Amino acid sequence: MAKILKRERLVPNVHVIEVEAPEIVRKCQPGQFVIIMPDKKGERIPLTVADWDKKKGSITSVFLVVGTSTHKLAELKAGDDIPVFVGPLGKPSEIEKFGTVLVAGGCFGIAAIYPIARALKQKGNKVITLIDVKANYLLYWEEKLRAVSDQFHVSSRDSFYDCKEYIPHTLESLLKKEKKIARIHSIGCTYLMYTCAEATRPYEIQTLVSLNPIMVDGTGMCGACRVTVGGKTKFACVDGPDFDGHLVDWDELFMRRKSYFDDEIHSMCYWEKKNFP
Amino acid sequence: MADNKKDMPPELKEKLKAGFNQEWRKELRKSFPMKERMKIKRQKMPERNPDERNQDFFEVNRGLRAKAAVAEAKRCWDCANPQCVKGCPVGIDIPAFVKMIEIGDFDQSVRKLKETNALPAICGRVCPQEIQCEVVCNLKKATGTPVAIGNLERFVADYEREKGDMFIPSLPPSTGKKVAIIGSGPAGLTVAGDLALKGHKCTIFEALHVPGGVLWYGIPEFRLPKKILEAEVDYLKKLGVELRTNFVVGLTATLKELKKEGFDAFFVGTGAGLPNFMRIPGENLVGVYSANEYLTRVNLMRAFEFPEYDTPVYLGKNAVVLGGGNVAMDSVRTAKRLGAEESTIVYRRSRVEMPARIEEVHHAEEEGIKFHFLTTPTQFIGDDRGHVKAMECIQMELGEPDDSGRRRPIPIEGSEFIMEADLVVVAIGNSPNPLIPQTTPQLKVGRWGNIEVDWDTMATSMKGVYAGGDIIRGGATVILAMGDARIAANEMDKYLQNHKKK
Ligand SMILES: Cc1cc2nc3c(=O)[nH]c(=O)nc-3n(C[C@H](O)[C@H](O)[C@H](O)COP(=O)(O)OP(=O)(O)OC[C@H]3O[C@@H](n4cnc5c(N)ncnc54)[C@H](O)[C@@H]3O)c2cc1C
Ligand SMILES: Cc1cc2nc3c(=O)[nH]c(=O)nc-3n(C[C@H](O)[C@H](O)[C@H](O)COP(=O)(O)OP(=O)(O)OC[C@H]3O[C@@H](n4cnc5c(N)ncnc54)[C@H](O)[C@@H]3O)c2cc1C
Ligand code: SF4
Ligand code: FES
Repeated sequence: MAKILKRERLVPNVHVIEVEAPEIVRKCQPGQFVIIMPDKKGERIPLTVADWDKKKGSITSVFLVVGTSTHKLAELKAGDDIPVFVGPLGKPSEIEKFGTVLVAGGCFGIAAIYPIARALKQKGNKVITLIDVKANYLLYWEEKLRAVSDQFHVSSRDSFYDCKEYIPHTLESLLKKEKKIARIHSIGCTYLMYTCAEATRPYEIQTLVSLNPIMVDGTGMCGACRVTVGGKTKFACVDGPDFDGHLVDWDELFMRRKSYFDDEIHSMCYWEKKNFP
Repeated sequence: MADNKKDMPPELKEKLKAGFNQEWRKELRKSFPMKERMKIKRQKMPERNPDERNQDFFEVNRGLRAKAAVAEAKRCWDCANPQCVKGCPVGIDIPAFVKMIEIGDFDQSVRKLKETNALPAICGRVCPQEIQCEVVCNLKKATGTPVAIGNLERFVADYEREKGDMFIPSLPPSTGKKVAIIGSGPAGLTVAGDLALKGHKCTIFEALHVPGGVLWYGIPEFRLPKKILEAEVDYLKKLGVELRTNFVVGLTATLKELKKEGFDAFFVGTGAGLPNFMRIPGENLVGVYSANEYLTRVNLMRAFEFPEYDTPVYLGKNAVVLGGGNVAMDSVRTAKRLGAEESTIVYRRSRVEMPARIEEVHHAEEEGIKFHFLTTPTQFIGDDRGHVKAMECIQMELGEPDDSGRRRPIPIEGSEFIMEADLVVVAIGNSPNPLIPQTTPQLKVGRWGNIEVDWDTMATSMKGVYAGGDIIRGGATVILAMGDARIAANEMDKYLQNHKKK
C-alpha cells in the first residue's frame, strides 16, 4: 500500500500525482519509471518519474488521462491508498557531459523530460528544451523547465506562439541554427518520439527515445513490453525504456500499443456506466 | 545440476528403521496381510466432469473422502525398505504418514509430513509423483498400481486446513538475527518458515503485489486454488514472518544496501522468471504471448473477470500453445476455459517425451484439448492489423538421444504446412531471473545465468548469501525448490549462530 499525498489537475486532461514512497526516492534516477495500480481490480501501468522529494520521501508523476486506469488515477484524493506503487524500474537515462543537448517533450513528456534536463544541466551541459503543446493553455511546468534550460522553445499550432508547427519542424530549424547539438532526448506519445527521431535521422545526431509499450510486471518477467531495436527483440522495462530512436521498429511499436484497442473501449464504457449511471 | 538419486543419508535410514520397528506399526502390519492389501483397488480421485470444468476456473480434483483415504492407506505394505522415500526428492517418511492415515490419526499424519515438507497441500497437488515416489513404490512392481501417495498427502493437508486450526508450533526465543528472503515462491516460503521456527526474524521481499511466485501467477486456480496458498502465507505471518510486497531487490534496494540495513543473512529464491522465445519471424505480432504473460494476465491480474477487473487478455478462437510441459498444459487449458473453440498443443517431440505431469495431460485430453506432436512453427503470419492469424509449421522426426537423454527432433525437409492460430502462447521454458545477478556483481553465475551454489549447503560465492529453487536450477519443480530451501535454511541457521553482529 502506498499513500497519495497529492493529486491535481495541471491542465485539461493532464494530472500530477505525488505518492509517498521513501524507498523508491532513495534510489530513483532520471529516466526511470514506476508501476502503479489504482485499485485492487486495476491494471498495472507504468508512469515515468517526473520529480522526487528526498526529504518528504515522495515521488511525483504526471499522467495524461486516456483510459480506465488513468481515469481511476484522476479520481484519487490525497490520503487515499493504492495497492501497487513499485520501482524505480528500468535503466536510468545516460547522463554525461555531452556538450549541448536538446530535450524534447510533449503531453506527459513535458514533465517526464524534466529530471533528465535537470541532471544534464547539473552535469554542465548546455540544455535546449523544446516543448510541444497543441495550444498555449496546455503548457505546464514552464518555470521549472526554464530554470534548468539554457534555451526554452515551444512548438505549437496555436496563434499564441507565432508558429504553426509540430515538433519536428521546430526541431529541424533548431538543428540548423544550433550546429553543435551532441544528442537529443525525447519523451511523449509514440508519434512525437517517432517524428523527432525521423527529423534527426538525416543529421545523424544520436536521438534517445523513452519507449512506452504496454507492460505488466515491469521487471522482465513477461515480455509484454518487447520492442525491436536494431533487429533484436528487447524488453523495454529492463533493457530500456531509453533506446536509440533511429534503430527502433516504430511500425511494430505502434501496432503492439494497439493490441487491446477494443478491450480498452469496452473497459472504459463499463467503468463509466458503473460510476456515472 | 544436483544429483537427486543419491543414496539415502544414514540419519534418514535410521529414522525410517525406528519408525518401522514401532510396536503399533508392527501390529498394524500383522493385522492385515500383504496379500489382502494387494486386493484393494487404487482409490479413484474424484474429478469434476470435463465438459463442465473446462468452462470455469474451479478446481478439477475434489480430493479423497476420509473413507477412501483410509482404504488407500491400507494398500501400502509399510515396507522394510521403502523405495518411495528414495524417490522423494526431500525424503519424506512416506510409510509413517501413510500408516497414520490408516489408523485414522490424521493430525499426527500431517505433523509427520510437515517435518520434511512445509507445503504438503501444494505438493500433494503439483508434484510429479509418477516419476518420483510412486514410480518406485514396491506395490507398483507387484501390482502395476502404486499407492496414491500424492493424493494421500493432499488429503491430510486439506483435512488440517479445512478443520480450521492449523497447528502452530511454539516459537523459541528470538535470536535477534535478521534474515532477508528474496522471492516468495515455494523456495522463499520454505526458508522463511524454517528459520522463523529457529527464532530468527525473517522478512520476505517480493517484486509483485501478491506472494507465492509461480504458485500464484503461474499455476492456475483449477489446479491449485489460491486459498491454499493464502492459508500457507497466513501461517507464515503467524510465525512472525514479515512480507514486503512491491519491493524489487536490486532496484528498490540492492543486497548490499539491505545488508547495511542490518540483515545478517540472505536467501535468494527469485525463480526462473525470464521467458524464452522461439526467435522466429513474426513472434512480436499481437496475439503471441509468452506463457508468463498469458498466465500472469489471467491468474495474477484476473483477466478472466474482465471488465470487472481492468486487465484484458486476448481470447482466441484457435488457440495454439507451443511446448509440452506443465506450463504448456496450464496455458492450453486456460485458453479453453476462456472460450477458445479449438485449443491445441504443438510439441516438437512425441507424447512420451512430454515433461508435463501425466495427470495434467490426461485431464487436458478429457477437456477436449488437441495435440499436434512432432511439429514446430517456423514463422508466425499476421493479418493487416498486425494480429497473428496463422503459423507456418514443419514436421519433425526423432533422431538420436541428446544430452537430456530424450531423442532429438529433426525437421523433415519439405514438410511445411500452415496451421491457423489467432492466439499463440509460447511455453518453451524460462531462464533464471537476471535482476539479482546483474545488480550483485560479486555473485558467481553459471552458463545459463543461474546463481552458482555449493550443492551441499546452497551457499553462493558471497558470504552469508544462500540460494535455491529455479534461480539455481532453471525451470524445475516445487519440491526441488523446497528441498533446496530446507538445506539452505539449515545451513543459514548454523551460519547465523556463529555470526556476530558488527
Ligand atoms: C515506461 C513507460 C513510462 C510511461 N510514462 C508515462 C507517464 O509518465 N505519464 C503518462 O501519462 N503515461 C505514461 N506512459 C503510458 C501509460 O502507461 C499509459 O498511458 C497508460 O497505461 C494508459 O492506461 P489506461 O488504462 O488509462 O488506458 P487504456 O485505455 O488502457 O490504454 C490507452 C493507451 O495506453 C496504452 N496502455 C494501456 N495499458 C498499458 C500498460 N499496462 N502499459 C503501458 N501502456 C499501456 C495503450 O497502448 C493504449 O494505446 C508510460 C508508459 C511506459 C511504458
Ligand atoms: C505455469 C507453471 C506450471 C507449473 N507446474 C508445476 C507442477 O505442476 N509441478 C511442479 O512441481 N512444478 C511446476 N512448475 C514449476 C514450479 O512452479 C517452479 O519450479 C517453482 O515455483 C520454483 O520456485 P522458486 O521459489 O524457485 O521460484 P518462483 O516460484 O518462480 O518464485 C520467485 C519469486 O521471486 C520473485 N522475484 C524475482 N526477482 C525478484 C527480485 N529481484 N526482488 C523481489 N522478488 C523477486 C518473483 O516475483 C517470484 O514471486 C510450474 C511452473 C509454471 C510457470
Ligand atoms: S514403497 Fe509403496 S508400499 Fe512400500 S512403503 Fe512406500 S508407498 Fe508403501
Ligand atoms: S513488462 Fe513484463 S517483461 Fe517488461
